[in-house]
Amino acid sequence: MSSTAYIAGVGVISAIGNNVPEHLAAFEREEASMGEITMLDTIYHGKIPVAEVKLKNNELANMTGMPPDISRTTLLSLVAAQEALTDAGIPDLNKLRTGFVSANTVGGMDKSEDFFIDFIKDNSKGKLKNVYDHECGSVTEIVAEKLGLKDYMTTISTACSSSANAIFYGARLIKNDVLDVVVAGGTDALTKFTLNGFNTLMILDPEFCKPFDEHRQGLNLGEGAGYVVLVSDKVAKTLNKAPYCKLSGYNNSNDAYHQTASSPDGTGSYLAMKGALEKSGLRPSDIDYINLHGTGTPNNDSAEGTAITRVFDPKYPPVSSTKSFTGHTLGASGGVEAVFSVLAIKNGLIYPNLRFEIRMTELPFQPETKFRKGQNITHVMSNSFGFGGNCTSLIFSKI
Amino acid sequence: MKVYIRSSACISPQKTFRDEDFLTDAIEYTGTRLTVIEPDYKEFVDPKMLRRMSRVIKMGVATAQECLNNANNVMPGAIITGTAYGCLEDTVTFLTRIIEQDEEMLPPTSFIQSTHNTVAAQIALMLQCHGYNNTFVHKGISFESALLDAMMLLNEREADNILVGGTDEMTDTSFTVLTRLGLYRRWPVSNLDLYSTRSKGSIGGEGAAFFVLTDKPSPDNLAELTAIRTIYKPTTLKDIEKRVVTLLAENALTIDDIDLVITGKSGDLRHDEIYEELDISLFKNSALANYKHLCGEYPTSSSFALWLASNILKNDSVPAITMERGDIKTPPKKILVYNHYQKIYHSLMLISAI
Repeated sequence: MSSTAYIAGVGVISAIGNNVPEHLAAFEREEASMGEITMLDTIYHGKIPVAEVKLKNNELANMTGMPPDISRTTLLSLVAAQEALTDAGIPDLNKLRTGFVSANTVGGMDKSEDFFIDFIKDNSKGKLKNVYDHECGSVTEIVAEKLGLKDYMTTISTACSSSANAIFYGARLIKNDVLDVVVAGGTDALTKFTLNGFNTLMILDPEFCKPFDEHRQGLNLGEGAGYVVLVSDKVAKTLNKAPYCKLSGYNNSNDAYHQTASSPDGTGSYLAMKGALEKSGLRPSDIDYINLHGTGTPNNDSAEGTAITRVFDPKYPPVSSTKSFTGHTLGASGGVEAVFSVLAIKNGLIYPNLRFEIRMTELPFQPETKFRKGQNITHVMSNSFGFGGNCTSLIFSKI
Repeated sequence: MKVYIRSSACISPQKTFRDEDFLTDAIEYTGTRLTVIEPDYKEFVDPKMLRRMSRVIKMGVATAQECLNNANNVMPGAIITGTAYGCLEDTVTFLTRIIEQDEEMLPPTSFIQSTHNTVAAQIALMLQCHGYNNTFVHKGISFESALLDAMMLLNEREADNILVGGTDEMTDTSFTVLTRLGLYRRWPVSNLDLYSTRSKGSIGGEGAAFFVLTDKPSPDNLAELTAIRTIYKPTTLKDIEKRVVTLLAENALTIDDIDLVITGKSGDLRHDEIYEELDISLFKNSALANYKHLCGEYPTSSSFALWLASNILKNDSVPAITMERGDIKTPPKKILVYNHYQKIYHSLMLISAI
């Protein structure tokens, strides 16, 4: 039984970059990525901004050696998971017990959408290949096969907290001595299904989102994938480079308030942050940076902000929402932001919260607005909250 | 540490919900799709909410509530569900409207309820349960993943009285698509003749089964969940046999100690060949039982099998309708469930009398 799960590798793809170095460069340039929809066939072209990964499916397929007609969600997953595994460079990987725990929210929905156009006209029509990998688990399975991570694989789907749950489930598989190495995180591509879904809820900002601003109007949808490679004590000792950090705390709590809305006092978020701190044995004042869930919706930011006040008052660490760069990547966001949290520790970074202007009236703190490097960052908290009241906080700590 | 099944509840195509009889009066269906027998949900869910809920949400929430009732209304320390397909009915409704209404004037309800974690979330909401809440969506081992999570939580002493369930619904759309993909038979068959008519394809099924797991011994517990194991794409029959023998050995058992083997025979000759080969090799002296003729084939059907196994141990009797071969020592003490879904995801569950 390993007492700790270490982070040995990271990989990420989102609208601001196709790999880790491109993300770091985009953060330093303080350059957001939202723009007009180019890849979906939708009536919302030019009306709703989104944060698209800048590669088309055939380009992603070329990068990964996969066929171009599979789900974009799978292609994004493979790019980031492969980067993470290569980054970790674990010696004798094939002699270890390895697993893949991945998250997503709508599986191969982009292909199912194509299938359904023909299917609803005539139930004997529609190319079966397009619906074959509809299930969330298919996305995970294809990537695990390609990466050779086959001792254990599973898929988690808890809406926008999905991949944060995948990461700490991966850590627990190591702590319970089920596996030695787990690649964990999540993926989601933009689909018409989610675009229309969030649009019906009237929580999409028609402009670029402004998380934690008094005049925030909603979120921008994004897409991407983010993975960390978790390893046991034993494997950590065999690495050719030191692990980035460890996963020191985690908690999953439920808001139990409403299927989509957060409770006004942020009960679920409060319990998740408090639980993660307890797990890590840290005090609130030990946290050097919080990567907010910070979607930019009036409801989320108010509930999360209130919960942060309850946990951290009177001394607030620097906080920011990197969704102001990447948009909200839904089931991928916990994985993408876990990678940013790890990089904050490794490189001493605090990311800016773009477009912030006016502090929310109900909060005594406001997010960071400038990119800062050379900081001494020892403990980072990453928040991921989702529909169904699913709230998860992770804490990453320098070793 | 031992893991006990404190209570169970199951909604299935058979009379398994609150029924005094234990599968003594199996329901015969002729066709290629079994549909669950739904209870009156009004007792479990506010009628205003009921109208908006799809079948999988209703059956999940009611089964969960009944399972908790059977454990003296305990507040669960965690809620964990497994579902391969999630909320298909709502997903298809929203997707169809996007296409037919060209993305305009869409009501949000079906989107809101289409997320895979809706069942676990609705249970938490109903109970005001703020504890750990997770949903696994990995094809043929969705339920087993949820079980593993629960067993680890108990081992970590993070929670007790963990509510774990497997849910999947069959909709007209999924039945049509999966039939086109060749999962089900082309001609109607009686579910009770499923194994005697050799053919490609099984019969579609659905259901919800929930369990409360605890590490506290009690004479009221149904059974002990001794071990679970999943195997991805085993290459040979020898490989499967080795994994079974290893799992048993880890628990100081051999196959001769197993009083009953419940297998996931689905009536699809392409899938049943694995079970049939084991029946004459590793399981050659074992008493054998089946369950998919009762609930149909679906990715979380192993939750029905666990319900069956734990209630066999509690009731000290094996329903005749499930028996395929052999004599049962009375009362049975050890049951092995071996299931595979589409030959890709294999799972083993070892259940013991308390």
